[in-house]
Amino acid sequence: PDEAARGWDQVVSPDDDDCSSLLSRLGSDSPRPRMKYGGMFCSVEGAFENKTLNFDTFSPQTQRRRATRTQTGSCDGGDGGQGQMPSRNNRDEQDDAAAPPVNHRAVSPAMMRGLQQLGDRLIIKGGKIVNDDQSFYADVYIEDGTIKQIGENLIVPSDVRTVDAYGQLVIPGGIDANTNLHSPQKGLNPADDLYQGTRAALSGGTTTIMDHVLVEPGTSLLSVFDQWRETAEQKACCDFSLHLDVARWHEGLYEELETLVKDKGVNSFLFFMAYKDRCQSSDSQLYEAFGVLRHLGAIAQVHAENGDIINEEQKKLLCFGITGPEGHVLSHPEEVETEAVYRAITIAKQANCPLYVTKVMSKSAADVIANSRKKGIVVYGEPITASLATDGSHYWSKDWATAAAFVMSPPLNPDPSTPQYLTSLLACGDLQVTSSAHGSFSTAQKAIGKDDFTLIPEGTNGIEERMSVVWDRAVSTGKMDENEFVAVTSTNAAKLFNIYPKKGRIAEGCDADVVVWNPKETKTVSAQTHNLTVEVNILEGLELRGVASVVISGGRVVVEDGKLNVTEGSGRFVPRKAFPDAVYRRIRARSKMAEARGVPRGNYDGPVHDVISMTKSSGPRNLHQSGFTLSGAQIDDHIPRRSTQRIVAPPGGRSNITSLS
Amino acid sequence: MSDCRRQWNREDELPVYLAGPIATGPNQRKSFGMFSSVEGAFESKTIDFDNYAVGRKGSRTPRSGSRERLLDAGGAVGKTSSQARQGSLSDPPGEQDDARAGVEVRLSPGVDSADGQSEKLLIRGGRVVNDDQSLYADVYIEDGLIKQVGENLVVPGGVKVIEANGRMVIPGGIDVNTCLMKSYLGNRPVDDFFQGTKAALAGGTTMIIDHVTPQPGDSLLMAFEHWQEAADKKACCDYSLHVDIPQWDETVKYELELLVQEKGINSFQVYMAYKDVYQMSDSQLYEAFTFLKQLGAVVLVHAENGDLIAQEQRKILGMGITGPEGHPLSRPEELEAEAVFRAITLGNRVNCPVYITKVMSKSAADTITQARRKGSVVFGEPITASLATDGSHYWSKNWAKAAAYVTSPPLSPDPTTPDHLNTLLACGDLQVVGSAHCAYSLSQKAIGKDDFTLIPEGTNGVEERMGFVWDKAVAMGKMDENQFVAVTSTNAAKIFNLYPRKGRIAVGSDADVVIWDPDSTKTISAKNQQSASEYNIFEGLECRGGSALVLSQGRVVYEEGKLQAQQGAGRFIPCKPFPDYAYQRVKFRNQVKQGVTRGMYDGPVHDVAPMAKYITPSPSARTSPTFNQPPPIRNLHQSNFSLSGAQIDDYIPRRSGHRIVAPPGGRSNITSLG
Repeated sequence: PDEAARGWDQVVSPDDDDCSSLLSRLGSDSPRPRMKYGGMFCSVEGAFENKTLNFDTFSPQTQRRRATRTQTGSCDGGDGGQGQMPSRNNRDEQDDAAAPPVNHRAVSPAMMRGLQQLGDRLIIKGGKIVNDDQSFYADVYIEDGTIKQIGENLIVPSDVRTVDAYGQLVIPGGIDANTNLHSPQKGLNPADDLYQGTRAALSGGTTTIMDHVLVEPGTSLLSVFDQWRETAEQKACCDFSLHLDVARWHEGLYEELETLVKDKGVNSFLFFMAYKDRCQSSDSQLYEAFGVLRHLGAIAQVHAENGDIINEEQKKLLCFGITGPEGHVLSHPEEVETEAVYRAITIAKQANCPLYVTKVMSKSAADVIANSRKKGIVVYGEPITASLATDGSHYWSKDWATAAAFVMSPPLNPDPSTPQYLTSLLACGDLQVTSSAHGSFSTAQKAIGKDDFTLIPEGTNGIEERMSVVWDRAVSTGKMDENEFVAVTSTNAAKLFNIYPKKGRIAEGCDADVVVWNPKETKTVSAQTHNLTVEVNILEGLELRGVASVVISGGRVVVEDGKLNVTEGSGRFVPRKAFPDAVYRRIRARSKMAEARGVPRGNYDGPVHDVISMTKSSGPRNLHQSGFTLSGAQIDDHIPRRSTQRIVAPPGGRSNITSLS
Repeated sequence: MSDCRRQWNREDELPVYLAGPIATGPNQRKSFGMFSSVEGAFESKTIDFDNYAVGRKGSRTPRSGSRERLLDAGGAVGKTSSQARQGSLSDPPGEQDDARAGVEVRLSPGVDSADGQSEKLLIRGGRVVNDDQSLYADVYIEDGLIKQVGENLVVPGGVKVIEANGRMVIPGGIDVNTCLMKSYLGNRPVDDFFQGTKAALAGGTTMIIDHVTPQPGDSLLMAFEHWQEAADKKACCDYSLHVDIPQWDETVKYELELLVQEKGINSFQVYMAYKDVYQMSDSQLYEAFTFLKQLGAVVLVHAENGDLIAQEQRKILGMGITGPEGHPLSRPEELEAEAVFRAITLGNRVNCPVYITKVMSKSAADTITQARRKGSVVFGEPITASLATDGSHYWSKNWAKAAAYVTSPPLSPDPTTPDHLNTLLACGDLQVVGSAHCAYSLSQKAIGKDDFTLIPEGTNGVEERMGFVWDKAVAMGKMDENQFVAVTSTNAAKIFNLYPRKGRIAVGSDADVVIWDPDSTKTISAKNQQSASEYNIFEGLECRGGSALVLSQGRVVYEEGKLQAQQGAGRFIPCKPFPDYAYQRVKFRNQVKQGVTRGMYDGPVHDVAPMAKYITPSPSARTSPTFNQPPPIRNLHQSNFSLSGAQIDDYIPRRSGHRIVAPPGGRSNITSLG
């Protein structure tokens, strides 16, 4: 054990070095207002210094090839359990290229094993355990990745590592219900992949993420899912689960959905009401899909924005000559979000399907959700880190890079009172889950849209700051109590997505995803110090109260004293069963009630008017239709085609045949 | 069917007054057994079912009861007084003359009033009520115009004097929503322009705005001319027209421009319902709104979510519900409110005034209210039916009765709806009262006897409109008389740019004047209505307030139960674009947004791997995207020509790609073709 402890120190020392060198550069640690650095086009000062930003790795295809190669190489050497470790070291080396060379290679597999053994038995002492229902003082004993005992004066083995939590809170690890760490946009992979993203998540106190699997139209849900899961298992440092984003619904997907729900552990599917001509679903499609999801016991998620209107507005704004990021927020006005939320709720109500609205960004959208809940509709709303912490005024920043960094859909609301308002609704239970919608793209990636805001990849960071933002905005302002804090950051998500009580609770038998939360400490968000690769942090300069001082993921300490010690690929996939009780109990009861009954009447025997032309609107089936084409896209594709055109003056003059029918 | 007709025919041959007295109490709503129409409803009607049968229209000589024929012959007096009110034994219009000091018409010698036409008229001793104020004044009318308003008017001799005896003198009502010629599967409503405007006049409405409803593919212009021609021949009161846009494409734009600039149309209806027929997608709506705003027209929206309705209808038919109760079940209130919300959002984005026709539910009305509070330029129009009755009747055991209520959006089954809508109307959150009058006969409704989706939609209400607003809002103390004038007439005139020619009693305005009697009560019944339909959805409701005398274009057309409408007397009133009432605010809001001026971004730009341009077919309103997914690239093989017609497996939804697990003939070794 002693040796192992030393090993531990050695392992964490590089990070330590890193931090101290950083801190020395930072100058003062004193709380400071949000600062703006430099003038035009300046990224945050020093943001690149501790980054490994290597553009080659982000260009499509080449990404991660190197890492994979080394990984497979080292896998052969190590034993099965720790096969991933060396690759992690490689990765660290890559990431910390700017940092002084450190003795990574000194960590031998034996030491790593020792570390794991050590991590397997833990006792958290002196903390106040906070669940969503109650708080109490107790110690927590963790073994084999699960919580074994809770209570005072526990009898535990002697070689147990003790985590001191005196004066701090012991809370279930956060669950981030919405991340986009692997879904490409416009052919670009996010700057923070599943490794970087989960690493940042852990450092912020989030121990489970739910990533969105984007399925392009025309590809098989299952194969994409399998691929995604494989990638995530290789890279993720914390437990993960997956939502599926269905870009285009058709009835043929039913079987795949069924397999995913029943065999693959997916119980939530996202549909887009925006992104016209790419992912948008029509109302009919949503209704059908929601019906299927209800049948399967899954939760429908929507990206709620009216894509039709956005599309028109974008065209209009580009015509006006507005090409900068402010065009994004102008073309995605609040109402468009509100309208879509309203429509989604209407559809869900009709289909009697539970609905989860991702990314609630505006007051009016939140109001619609709150009002519908008051009417008894099973709908859940998810504000995100960005919408709780900042507003959309930055879209008008003179610095293109700053403005572009905020680009996401729905956009942050320019109304500066939005964060306050959303926090209040979160505190009173009208909104239920906080997530990050983390999907970060580097400035160079965002710059694809430098001349056209519609091309800017959408996504902001937030995975790391999420818990602290909620604490700072809601708990330390007195809006929310600590139990509610646990509910909105972890327990509610676990309940909705049916991983409760495995996750989202500190109780005997639960997963040992535990965070020791220090409510007194503060930290200042900066692109310099965050654990992401992107060089801009949209919360730059925000001072946040409440910090995760120790994070335990799967029974292992991954964050301690500000030092991050993660293992790439240590995250496990968390399957989720269908029919989550928290959601479906009401739905079940309603399906029974909702059966409409007709009025038994005799047959109408009065006169019936004759119908002259019973024209069927759909017309005969077109047996000529074929998916095969030699022609491809045509030059006049953009002109809407009419079914019939009356040619008043045909070329060659009129003919005498006036009608063929 | 034949049984019924025979029965009716027999009754038709009986002397009408022998049909038997009825003892309906004033307030009791009575239902008369299964499938029976309202007792006696046909008695004072000229409905001749043979007339409506296809192909045989007019082939028979009209029976003696057929008054239309008489009128066609050119008689200005529509009904002889004996015919007009025979059925209404309990209703004492005849007695009123002697019993009460009602409106009294004195004729000076030398005035020709044989055809009800009077060049010069003086309404004396009435209280003139406009939307802004009420005052005691006399009104002098000459040549169809109001020439003087005031006390102690100096008028020429030979003037016909109407003594109002302190009653209200109000501007004639304007019914902004009628469908008197809307054909359904080739069937015209039984109330055409003649019957409909006659009913309007009897109810105190002196102008209607009818919907021109072309079918998809029809020329709007031709439809408009067709409507105008028919209305010019038949309408008894002034009229104007809305044009419905059945589908949005490039050709429509030209016609719209022409209609606005040359034909005097300033309002167009778009549909968010009727999937695969009239429904427009949000993109199309956005375009349409943008275009209509440039023309200065008012956009009328039929607000219901057609996609969901189509789905619900399929579901409900699948459950075996085929009766009229399926209609409200498939069109729940939420779908209306949702579409209203969306229409308003679109209107806000385009910055275009939006007018919601037929506000039928509380939540739709609330949505409008909230939007107005946020500053949206939106107008809401409840209709007679939604103000006076509710949708509980859809569950009536009597199919005919239930079917009579079928209209879209449906009447809300919530019985508190009328009250709520009246309250909003009184406080100005809803602005205009229409009737959405579109009366189909029972046999026409019966087209949908086995499938509620086929029931022609429409209820009556043009005649009862003013009366019910008075009864439900003013007589209840919710609304004052000025607001009454506003919602029944003035607001409509303002929105559609007819003000102050219509909708006001002022010097120079058209002499469409109603003397309103707040004390009269009548019981609504199909027997004594002017409408030709054999059913009245307000059957048995008692209504306080009614018109005592109606002047249209300066002529007395209705007086104490006697209607003297003249067919073809109605004129088309052109509406100019850019009504101030709707467009003033819009003009101010039309300011171009400014971008941020920045230098050029000169940082690194990521390379984009070339991606195949992928064009998703828009979720068009006209095809179900689920079933007919057109391939992403343009299909040059597509043809409208087909030798095959309907196929036996048409009902099976076609999927774009089937994975054949066990193909016939066994699996092949080729695993992928690329």
